[in-house]
Amino acid sequence: MNITLEQLDSISSRYIDVMSKYSKIIRVCCGTGCVSSGALKVYENLKRALMDKGLIDKVLVKKTGCHGLCERGPIVVLGDEEILYQSVGKRNIDDDITALLNTITENQIVDRLLYQGEDKGKKYISPKDIPFYAGQKRVVLSLNGIIDPEDIEEYISKGGYRALYKALLMEPEEIINWIEKSGLRGRGGGGFPTGTKWRSCRSAPGDVKYVVANGAEGDPGAFMDKSLMEGNPHSIIEGMIIGGYAIGSNQGFIYVRDEYFLAVNRLIKAIESARSYGLLGKNIFDSGFDFDIKIFRGGDAFVCGESTALMSCIEGKSGESRAKYIHTVEKGLWEKPTNLNNIETWACVPHIINKGWNWFATIGTPNSRGTKVFSLVGKVKNTGLIEVPMGITLREIIYDLGGGIRGDKKFKAVQTGGPSGGCIPEAYLEMPVDFDSLTKLGSMMGSGGMIVMDERNCMVDVARYFLKFLVEESCGKCTPCREGVRRMLEIVNRICNGEGKKGDIQHLEELARAVSLGSLCGLGQSAPNPVLSTIKYFRDEYILHIEEKKCPAGVCKALTEFKILPDKCTGCMRCAMECPVKCIKGAKKEVHVIDSDFCIKCGTCYDVCRFDAVMIE
Amino acid sequence: MEVDTAQLDAIIEKYNGDRSYMLAMFQDVQRLYRYLPKQAIYHICKKLEVPFSKGYEVATFYKTLSLKPRGKHTIHVCIGTACHLRGGPNILETFERELKIKTGGTTGDGNFTLETVNCLGACALAPLVRVDEQDFGKATQAIVKKIIDEFKDEVKS
Repeated sequence: MNITLEQLDSISSRYIDVMSKYSKIIRVCCGTGCVSSGALKVYENLKRALMDKGLIDKVLVKKTGCHGLCERGPIVVLGDEEILYQSVGKRNIDDDITALLNTITENQIVDRLLYQGEDKGKKYISPKDIPFYAGQKRVVLSLNGIIDPEDIEEYISKGGYRALYKALLMEPEEIINWIEKSGLRGRGGGGFPTGTKWRSCRSAPGDVKYVVANGAEGDPGAFMDKSLMEGNPHSIIEGMIIGGYAIGSNQGFIYVRDEYFLAVNRLIKAIESARSYGLLGKNIFDSGFDFDIKIFRGGDAFVCGESTALMSCIEGKSGESRAKYIHTVEKGLWEKPTNLNNIETWACVPHIINKGWNWFATIGTPNSRGTKVFSLVGKVKNTGLIEVPMGITLREIIYDLGGGIRGDKKFKAVQTGGPSGGCIPEAYLEMPVDFDSLTKLGSMMGSGGMIVMDERNCMVDVARYFLKFLVEESCGKCTPCREGVRRMLEIVNRICNGEGKKGDIQHLEELARAVSLGSLCGLGQSAPNPVLSTIKYFRDEYILHIEEKKCPAGVCKALTEFKILPDKCTGCMRCAMECPVKCIKGAKKEVHVIDSDFCIKCGTCYDVCRFDAVMIE
Repeated sequence: MEVDTAQLDAIIEKYNGDRSYMLAMFQDVQRLYRYLPKQAIYHICKKLEVPFSKGYEVATFYKTLSLKPRGKHTIHVCIGTACHLRGGPNILETFERELKIKTGGTTGDGNFTLETVNCLGACALAPLVRVDEQDFGKATQAIVKKIIDEFKDEVKS
């Protein structure tokens, strides 16, 4: 049986009807962040409590995908964005469940569960007013945190799969024109115009073609795609079917990392229900178009985010990249024309079809249209998932949405683009965030990881971190990448260990040029970026390490010594208690002393001291 | 070690004997045995008519697959960028110190295997530790000790 538009509409109205019978809907965030903070327990306990009170027919408790404010999880939203409660069940789950029941039955707002900025200022009731949410423009994430990702009917009731219906009535060429005119560029990092890619794949010779959704998301510090797959899997599926139709492909693949087991499970469920509703399979909407999707679970290899390596992985081989003088849109998976887009790119497609290309083109900047999802993490107060219009400044993201630096330390840099990107210093905080400006700064947009660093982060150590990562992740095919990055790591390791020599910086720059010129794929070509950008903006810090053997951030252990200042120490015992190796001596109200023979230089004492009595030497 | 070929055949059958799902089959085998026994690679390669060298290549390329037997619980310390910046390396060192093993090793009693992972996508809760399939966010040295105690007891009882 093929589904029709009428059936879709009747599913919708039936669903809305059922929902209207509930006097209140409560949404418990069950994204990875909130689940590890205990959201499932909140969900179960709340359900049980409602059952006991005989309210289960009147109040609906729903599991949703990521709300974004992972820092304050578990998040519970009551009603239609009326009240947001944070850290529910963190202190005492029974008390909090009782409090939730009070809100439900008596409309009593519980002060202690409300969101409050770190400045201990105003408390917010509705999520719409919280600066973290107010500064966002949610398009791709619009249903994240609202719908139950495992319920296809709810997606349909929110207008889901209507874009697919509309698209199947359009000519494939027209769809491609729309995507081109919308200005959509690849969200995976490269920023290649999506419409152009689709057109090349459509015009490539061959009957069998494939579309692939790249959910490898191997760059550390990023979880945009994961949250989308977990929070709204149907939007990705809908985008892929539309893409398949436009390109002339009947088979799609979604590549996901195996470690993202929640995302894998939700995608499998979503594909199964789309099949059973006739939205995947033969003759969709009686259009004569067939399409199906298979899931492919990858195995923690960063290089598999690169298109050719990913395809080799789907073919059942190890993930090695190949030269791209023949593009994958001509010869990709099993030598057939293959169109690969990032998860977020696919999720943009239904919105463009629904609201029109001209609507999408009004958001963002002339060369970077639309919105972008970022994972805002590191030393920022409000960590989490945000979606903002392109062109917003770094300062707005970090200070308005993110609330500034934790513990009011000094901002040092923001890292974008993962291991292929770079670190941007304070001087460029006013830069608009779009594909071209970030590249100009020696970083890149990347898939959307945004990692904020403060004065306690050492930039040489950050470079070392990424080099170490890349040494492990290089597939080994191209010698400059395999060996060059390793040599660069050796030099940086020496610098961090206090054995840096004059000329090391020049040597690193030379190697960087060779690695980037001599590598086939993006991993190698961009591998030197973290080093080059930190040298460019934080050369002084390198020089301090090399010439004065000092690490001002107190991270490089060989160059760091922690000391307690006798005139500032109040003898509160806090550092002595927290010290993992118990090497701090001193009684209450007496000045403490660190025994440097046993100190492992972890910096715990420095971080916990409330009197600035510990110094880095 | 002896592997149950009937179970392996069931896994191969699940993917219709399609070679491109070799990695998925290996992942399923690993879920069964907590590691990927060499005999299982032999068996799957033979069934799929793929040279053993190709199977071995795939098995050693992906970091999630382990050819060495693992302990009852696998501890993954996330060393993604956000975790690195928020104290991940200290957490890893604490585990090494408390369990008296190096990263990649297994404790003598076979309870724990300690590994690192590049990012688990819960960066907002950095530093993150995953034990089997359970996540622990905002890990501290105290949480490390708690995790070890909690999972040790579970094994005893």
